[in-house]
Amino acid sequence: MSGWRQERAVRDARIEAGRAHASGKVVAAEHAVALLEAILRPGDRVCLEGDNQKQADCLARALSGCDPSRIHDLHMVQSGIVLPEHLDIFEQGIARRLDYSYSGPQGGRIARMLYGGQIELGAVHTYLELFARYFVDLTPNVALIAGVSADREGNLYTGPNTEDTPTVVEATAFKNGVVVAQVNEIVERVPRVDIPGDRIDFVVEADQPFYVEPLFTRDPAAMTETQILMAMMAIKGIYAEYGIRRLNHGIGFGTAAIELLLPTYAERLGLKGQIATHWALNPHPTLIPAIESGWVKQVHCFGSEVGMDRYIRERSDIFFTGVDGSLRSNRAFCQTAGLYACDLFIGSTLQIDLNGHSSTVTQNRVAGFGGAPNMGSDPHGRRHPSDTWMKAGREAQVTGDPALMRGRKLVVQIVETFGEGLAPAFVERLDALELARKIGLELAPVMVYADDVTHIVTEEGIANLLLCRTADEREQAIRGVAGYTEIGRGRDRAMVESLRQRGIVRRPEDLGIEPLDADRSLLAARSIKDLVHWSGGLYEPPAKFRNW
Amino acid sequence: MESLTFRHTTQKALPGAKAQAITGVVASGNLEVLLERALPASECTVEIETPIRGYGEVWAAVVADFVARAQPGGLRITVNDGGARPDTVSLRLLQGARLMEV
Amino acid sequence: MGERIIDPATEGWAASWYEASARARLDGLLDAGSFREVIGPEQRRMSPHLPLFDLPRAFDDGMIVGSGRLDGKPVLVAAQEGRFMGGAFGEVHGAKLVGLLRAALALKPDAVLILFDTGGVRLQEANAGETAIAEVMRAITQVRAAGVPVIGLIGGRAGAYGGGGLIAGTCSRLVVSEGGRISVSGPEVIETNRGAEEFDSRDRALVWRTMGGKHRRLTGGADAYADDTVRAFRQAALDAIARAPAFDLATLEAEQKRLEERLARFGDCRDATEIWGRLGVNDPAAVPALTTAEFDALLAGLGETTHDAR
Repeated sequence: MSGWRQERAVRDARIEAGRAHASGKVVAAEHAVALLEAILRPGDRVCLEGDNQKQADCLARALSGCDPSRIHDLHMVQSGIVLPEHLDIFEQGIARRLDYSYSGPQGGRIARMLYGGQIELGAVHTYLELFARYFVDLTPNVALIAGVSADREGNLYTGPNTEDTPTVVEATAFKNGVVVAQVNEIVERVPRVDIPGDRIDFVVEADQPFYVEPLFTRDPAAMTETQILMAMMAIKGIYAEYGIRRLNHGIGFGTAAIELLLPTYAERLGLKGQIATHWALNPHPTLIPAIESGWVKQVHCFGSEVGMDRYIRERSDIFFTGVDGSLRSNRAFCQTAGLYACDLFIGSTLQIDLNGHSSTVTQNRVAGFGGAPNMGSDPHGRRHPSDTWMKAGREAQVTGDPALMRGRKLVVQIVETFGEGLAPAFVERLDALELARKIGLELAPVMVYADDVTHIVTEEGIANLLLCRTADEREQAIRGVAGYTEIGRGRDRAMVESLRQRGIVRRPEDLGIEPLDADRSLLAARSIKDLVHWSGGLYEPPAKFRNW
Repeated sequence: MESLTFRHTTQKALPGAKAQAITGVVASGNLEVLLERALPASECTVEIETPIRGYGEVWAAVVADFVARAQPGGLRITVNDGGARPDTVSLRLLQGARLMEV
Repeated sequence: MGERIIDPATEGWAASWYEASARARLDGLLDAGSFREVIGPEQRRMSPHLPLFDLPRAFDDGMIVGSGRLDGKPVLVAAQEGRFMGGAFGEVHGAKLVGLLRAALALKPDAVLILFDTGGVRLQEANAGETAIAEVMRAITQVRAAGVPVIGLIGGRAGAYGGGGLIAGTCSRLVVSEGGRISVSGPEVIETNRGAEEFDSRDRALVWRTMGGKHRRLTGGADAYADDTVRAFRQAALDAIARAPAFDLATLEAEQKRLEERLARFGDCRDATEIWGRLGVNDPAAVPALTTAEFDALLAGLGETTHDAR
């Protein structure tokens, strides 16, 4: 067969085969396996939607219910490895190759399967990078996606958790692929059309609503004095000094503490309106007090967060919402916003080495990174100045004509020197290197590279790596905030003291902060219930976060 | 359980007149610190019971930094550790010293 | 040193009962500076059993006992530290409470206050713990019979579970906050024995509407509902002392009758919201979200909740 429309012919054949299990576009949940067996071919590249938040779980179950003698050797391209079924299909032989971005709860199992050779790993990407490849060399043959509701024409309402769906559909539907959407319900008329029906080939009415992980909910009740101290230092030593208005926060407790200190500690420092006004951020419940206190001007979201929908509807001045009133999130756009339009990314990690490379991969857990490598990188394509960006650029040393100077994005790692089980956050050598050696990866899975990191905040102080002029200074600056870890105890005390004189290492007392003041009474909310009160009852936390 | 004892020489007595103070709770990742004015002004002892073995050097470093910073002359300090991280230990010791200065 | 940001005397400082340590609760509950501890931490009367299990001990074994004044009235107090071993009863822990109650017989204070925060008996010293539970219950009845009210205050992380739940049942009055829980078997125990279909311990909304403060108050299992502040507990304790019931045959018989009626009336309910509906609550689903003021207003409209017999 020759010609220029072969892919289209294959697509038509797949759809024709699928029609046998559908009524129009609509497929009953119990026929989902038969549908997938009809439209899939061995060796297909399949995008199974699921990231760190929403999951096309009904379709994931259906895929793992397929007969491996018919459907095998699939190449999975997907944002997240989160559900057990995501890995079951590799054990079953249904899938063989994997390119992904994020993994949380399945990190331990992925590590075992990689060591055991059950998964052929392409790469661990950052979201935006994986999305980019959907349009170049990882275009899916079939996409299995999730929405809230659809009509019989396939018009899809993806709702507050729109997330990756528009990107996945764009890459599949416009390149001769087949798109199957699971929805919570079939309706006469969708509240708003997030994806037009002509891009959706089949609609599966799921047996239960798609799963969403409340990944961005941090219970203020679990926040420690150490995290509060670090948050105070970040606010006074970084946010205030660089005048950071446009930013993104990671999901750790340290950054959640910063959010809860804005209406209290930062307010007392007179910083309202000066910092933290424009955000690329999921709707963190811990941001509610800052929003209600008038700190926040605008927030664009990657996805939604369980329990925040009603609150967001009532705060459309702050969030991006559709004509129906509900949140419109979009991971690809928000990642782009985080990359180009934010002056600061601050997030946590599990390991930092003496250069400043960091990773959340350890010997036993291959956690993907999601958005962090993207947000935590300095975009060389940026061309617009801001005071923050220019100040950081000047600190990184100006040579030649200042008009030719690039600014720098601030990339801040905020870590406690010891993590769970007294595991040190500072190490001679990242576990990621050992993992790469063992499974033969050309690139070690590094989350944030050393040359992108500008500051490290620990409970001991702030290291400003922009001001370091030699590798030796950089190493001692890192050791100088590494606390009582072996790395920290191995510092050259005299050199750290001289770095302190130059403001490269700053202690709480250098910032006018008394560590004993780092008390929970500083938090604008000390419990999830407090957040509900702040929201005027609009925030509806999931049951696992309640104690009432 | 591992028992550790550190003895330090101090320059002066910790200010204040409070005879004893207790801070913290023995819970996972936490500790309690009992401070008693029981020694001459030139001495300070820190006795520790910890369920985590093999961190003697870290404890020594934390205690030495605390003594240098707080100058807790005259104090007998006893710690029941619940597996606290060094920064938490440091914080509790300083909190305890502050309570004694009231 | 940097500037001081916090003035510990300001409003809101460690005001949450749920968050406060046992010592901080006592500190805020009693008249300032009036607390006198018996067998304080400096005496190092610690568990003789925990070292056998390579577990850390606490100087006070998680039980702080002593005397103090409440609005000038002499009281004896006992407070459990819910974060140490889940506030569980061990040998020393239990003996301190028994001793305090026996002292009450001699000292005749205006009341004994027990600040519960316990998961029950400490597994590592279970025999001593179980014995202590029985001894405490006996001692409470003797103290009450001697005319001294025993008031239980429940609003800590660990609640009042296991033997703690049993002891709570023998008190003259119970004050509970929204976060406080009272029961014998804990959520995980029920799930382990009867399955997640019977009781899903991770469904915290279910746990609280079955065992939490609002439910216990609505059904009369607790006599007063307090905001989660040390100040509110102080006021509620004062009120409870003033309204303590007699400890006599009439009260016990009324209590038995009331329990029988409760079983007959609510025994077939599958969820706490059904019970609330039968009690006359118009919108049972809205109860968990009610503020203290709204909840107080609701209580005022329901007859069942005020009754000397628990």
